[in-house]
Amino acid sequence: MSTTEIDRQWTTRLRKRAAGKLPPEKLLPDTQPSYVSSWIYVFGVTTLAALVIVIVTGCILAIEGPQWWHSSDIGHFVNSMHLWSVEIFFFAMIVHLWGKYFMGAWRGGRTLTWMTGCVTFFASILAGFTGYVSQTNFDSQWISTQAKDGINATGGGSFFNVLNLGQMLMWHIVILPIAAIALTAMHVLLVRIKGVVPPYEEDTEIAR
Amino acid sequence: MAWLGSIVPLDHLGHYIHWHFILISVSNLIVICLMVATFVAALFLPFPGRSRRKENQ
Ligand code: HEM
Repeated sequence: MSTTEIDRQWTTRLRKRAAGKLPPEKLLPDTQPSYVSSWIYVFGVTTLAALVIVIVTGCILAIEGPQWWHSSDIGHFVNSMHLWSVEIFFFAMIVHLWGKYFMGAWRGGRTLTWMTGCVTFFASILAGFTGYVSQTNFDSQWISTQAKDGINATGGGSFFNVLNLGQMLMWHIVILPIAAIALTAMHVLLVRIKGVVPPYEEDTEIAR
Repeated sequence: MAWLGSIVPLDHLGHYIHWHFILISVSNLIVICLMVATFVAALFLPFPGRSRRKENQ
């Protein structure tokens, strides 16, 4: 194979593009600008850490099954970990969102970072909702029958049946986790590609 | 550990604040207040190591 042929391979092109956009020192940088040393920058990674615990505890619940988490002490504990890490996840995500909103962190070509954040937020709400309706208790019965009326009023009822436990559980443990993880990965990689947005006063050019 | 559950009794109806068209459960309101407090604290609490790094520069 000649050099030009190798250059034209999709694997070569993909590697060069990836390495050009995200060299290792940008993917895991040693230092950050001084304005990053503030507590408000901690909430993105808090959200990320909470998401990891949500996924890990969710996997344990999936491995052991409902009989286990409804009847054993450890099962109750892992079930509670799953719920409370979700609470921390949303809490941190909201504070993160407020921080980025008041920083105007979509400036300087960071639209996609902001938008992937928004879509992740939306996917997480759906994940929370499908989790609640998968509980098979009076709460989930109440929530799903209320949601049924809401979704039917929008016409969405012809695509999703929120009273269908199997469907809701599959959304909760397959489709929405995949979406949340993929979107979060995109979001964090975009932050690395673009670098942290400078404060308004440091960058009058893009602040306008 | 069962005594923990008795600190906050959870097996009765929740409390709600109802003011004109605004209707919110007390638990949700508490969480929103905590988020605002956390946000303000994050802006004003000094970040450890910040001054040290400045001295080095
Ligand atoms: C699964 C939920 C989310 C995770 C795990 C997450 C994670 C992160 C992390 C680790 C960072 C870098 C550190 C930081 O600045 O805090 C970041 C930055 C950012 N996030 Fe999020 N985030 C999430 C949701 C959101 C939401 C809902 C929004 C807003 C709609 C958002 C908007 C942004 C923006 C604009 C930046 C870039 C900041 C900059 O360039 O300086 N994120 N995110």
